[in-house]
Amino acid sequence: MKINWFKYAAPSTFYPLAGKIIPFFAWSALLLIVGGLYWGFFQTPELLSDQKQYYRILYVHVGSAWMSMWLYIVLVAWALIGLVFNTRLSYMMAMATAPTGAIFTFLTLWTGAFWGKTSWGTYWDWDPRMTTELILLFLYVGYMALQSAIDDTRRSDKASALLALVGLVLIPVIFWSVNCPDPNQCAALHQQSSMSNIEPNIRIAWLVTAVGFWMFSFMVILMRVRNIILDRDQHTSWVQGLDEVRK
Amino acid sequence: MFKTFKTILFRDLTLAMRRKTDILSAVFFFIIVISLFPLGVGLDKTVLIKIAPGIAWVAALLASMLALERLFAGDYEDGTLEQMLITPQPMTVIVLAKVVAHWLLTGLPLVLIVPLVGLQYHLSGEAILVMMMALLLGTPILSLLGAIGAALTLGVRGGGILISLLILPLYIPVLVYGSGAVSASLIAGESQAYLLLLGAFLILTLLFSPIATALALKISSE
Repeated sequence: MKINWFKYAAPSTFYPLAGKIIPFFAWSALLLIVGGLYWGFFQTPELLSDQKQYYRILYVHVGSAWMSMWLYIVLVAWALIGLVFNTRLSYMMAMATAPTGAIFTFLTLWTGAFWGKTSWGTYWDWDPRMTTELILLFLYVGYMALQSAIDDTRRSDKASALLALVGLVLIPVIFWSVNCPDPNQCAALHQQSSMSNIEPNIRIAWLVTAVGFWMFSFMVILMRVRNIILDRDQHTSWVQGLDEVRK
Repeated sequence: MFKTFKTILFRDLTLAMRRKTDILSAVFFFIIVISLFPLGVGLDKTVLIKIAPGIAWVAALLASMLALERLFAGDYEDGTLEQMLITPQPMTVIVLAKVVAHWLLTGLPLVLIVPLVGLQYHLSGEAILVMMMALLLGTPILSLLGAIGAALTLGVRGGGILISLLILPLYIPVLVYGSGAVSASLIAGESQAYLLLLGAFLILTLLFSPIATALALKISSE
């Protein structure tokens, strides 16, 4: 049986496929996020330290931080596929991923500021992880700015794909910037990962919410790429024949 | 390959020498920005010594960014870039030659003017030396990274600001370690680690930037 790997690489076949799978992601996102937050708020104890109730913001903060880094990697993957196989749809997927990634990055910084204020007394600290997350926001914005600055879509796709690739070097820096060899030397707000010794209920709620954010990303990115397809292919006959467009 | 490098290098230097204002304006921009800060921040000597490294680096960054637009724009407009792309000589060598010419014209003068910064900000002789060393390592990195940005935004409206938007995030580690080197030497006299790290960045960008820039030039010229 010969598999046509490029069957869904055409916008005309991908558009209906995306339309069919979006509801699945929408429902999973809703259930996981609501479930995770419910678990986090009502099934977990108050922390004994000064943080008390405020620590619960980590359910949103950590999930969106993971998404901000993961979506950048996804963006670079699509950009790479686009550059290698020269498929338009890959570039469109990369273009669709960028705004969601940027929003998650902003959400991370925003919720982090509030968490920092309530628990550590400061909105902003310039510690390595915070600063590199801010740089990640600049990378997303740079990608979107270059994409919109160049009129010719072929050139803008390739140029922003290359830019995203160059920025990939930052992601490991964010992830590993907290692993300071000697904790006494690096007095920073973010410490090393303590996921293993956190209370199980908190960990479940946090992981469930993070996966919920991931499902949400799928949904939003697929919706956005459908819009991009309609926009770029508006002159084609299959778009003109769609119910949404004919109305 | 060396012949290609030398030819392009001397060509760019000759072309730039015919329009000296381009070079001098970047240098004078640096001097003016450096002079503005004490007027804005206040003339307290201890404060000036503390902020000197950061200001010198940011001013060097901005001055270099100004000149980056013209790195490829002239050749792009009259078709020379296209010819360079289709020659059998490797594009990475040509790009490297152009970047070296750019650095000799904008980066090196900044390094040589550092004693002026030292004068205005009351820096010691040792701090001035460390700053010169750090800028000597850092300005080529800026030229190399900026070349990628310049290549990506060839012929785009508002290209200058766009280059800064694209490249400044990548340049932040260099800024942190570069001004850290001078701050470290001021506080503890120990700047070797920072300078070594800057050297590492330089080697890394020297290896990868010409490749990325050549790729970007190919994309922009289609």
